[in-house]
Amino acid sequence: MTPFVDVAFLILTFFIMATKFKPAEPVEIKTPNSVSTKDLPESDALQVTFDSTGRVFFGILSEKDPKIKYEVIKNMNTTRNLGLSETDMKNFVQTPAVGVPFSGLKQLLSLPVDDQKNLRQPGIPLDTLGGELYYWIRDAVSAFTGKQLKYLIKGDNGAKYPAFKQVLNAFKKNDIFKFQMITMLEDTPAGSELDIIRKRQKSGGK
Amino acid sequence: MASIEEGDGGHHKKGPGVKKAKKLSTRVDMTPMVDLGFLLITFFIFTTTMSSPTTMELFMPKDTDKDDEQNKAKESGALTILLSKDNHVYYYEGQLKEDASNFLSTNFGGIRKVIIDKKKAVIDAHQHDAGCEKIWAKNEGDKKSCLDKDLVIVIKPDEEATYKNTVDILDEMAISNIKRYAMVDLFPAERELIQKTEGGK
Repeated sequence: MTPFVDVAFLILTFFIMATKFKPAEPVEIKTPNSVSTKDLPESDALQVTFDSTGRVFFGILSEKDPKIKYEVIKNMNTTRNLGLSETDMKNFVQTPAVGVPFSGLKQLLSLPVDDQKNLRQPGIPLDTLGGELYYWIRDAVSAFTGKQLKYLIKGDNGAKYPAFKQVLNAFKKNDIFKFQMITMLEDTPAGSELDIIRKRQKSGGK
Repeated sequence: MASIEEGDGGHHKKGPGVKKAKKLSTRVDMTPMVDLGFLLITFFIFTTTMSSPTTMELFMPKDTDKDDEQNKAKESGALTILLSKDNHVYYYEGQLKEDASNFLSTNFGGIRKVIIDKKKAVIDAHQHDAGCEKIWAKNEGDKKSCLDKDLVIVIKPDEEATYKNTVDILDEMAISNIKRYAMVDLFPAERELIQKTEGGK
């Protein structure tokens, strides 16, 4: 039995190493598929998420430098009179994404991170001019000054196009025109032009 | 299963004729450990997601109201694709005719062929353009890119189209290697046509 157990533990070790736990998100999103192969950035990015009912969430990915996240909320607290306490702001640094209007931010952030997902978040209010999402993006961008910032959009399969358009509008109002949409990898259809190009690059690169 | 042998109370039999204490087995019962090991393997197999998410790049132009700043598309090379509810796709080439005779309906399975055919037609109709070739030879070194420079695909999702539809059609652009495409809003006339087509079914 010993060799068998050895192999079993080897497999176990592999899975422990290979597993990367997804950060908890306030909503479950099923992203569309695409043939794009570009990797997802892990840090220095703003992520706007919208679910199938059109609720919009905003998150800041700054693993490398959590101070930036703190700065964003601190600035917001003073400029927008949110009335957040020091603990609330510390909670924000841990929060993966927020989806409440400014008026509901205190209620959300007064909860510890683990309890936040029990609170139903109505989404950040949006309108054709970008709504409150515009201010979130603006303040986050200014906190990241001097860094290469990426803009991620994560939408649910079932979301309607107007929700996506309003998110784009909020970015456009901030003079941001380059986005990355989070998708799942899908095979390139055989025989298509992209397939031919990719195959050529592969064989040419060797 | 294996069990650890216990001394059978030999210690009260003291004396010179006492037997040597039975050698205790050094083998440990591994069954619970292996059980736990497999439980963990099962857990990790189920929680691991092997496919990692990727991202698709999207560039949007700056909104402009000035007519002269807007990109002009040649009529011969234009293809307009409209997305509507229930994964319906409508398309027309060039300008929309007044009697809407070139307004056609398809689905996501059929749109790829439409795009490929259009691209072929544009390449076939291409006339030698030295100016463009010079620019391309300087920048990219690929003169072929001039062949389809007139091809512009206009994507117009309506309110009922889903995000998945939008990403799918952008994906089609990548699959068919279309370099010039734009995402814009529908004209009222087009919206009416979609409603008419759907009502007629």
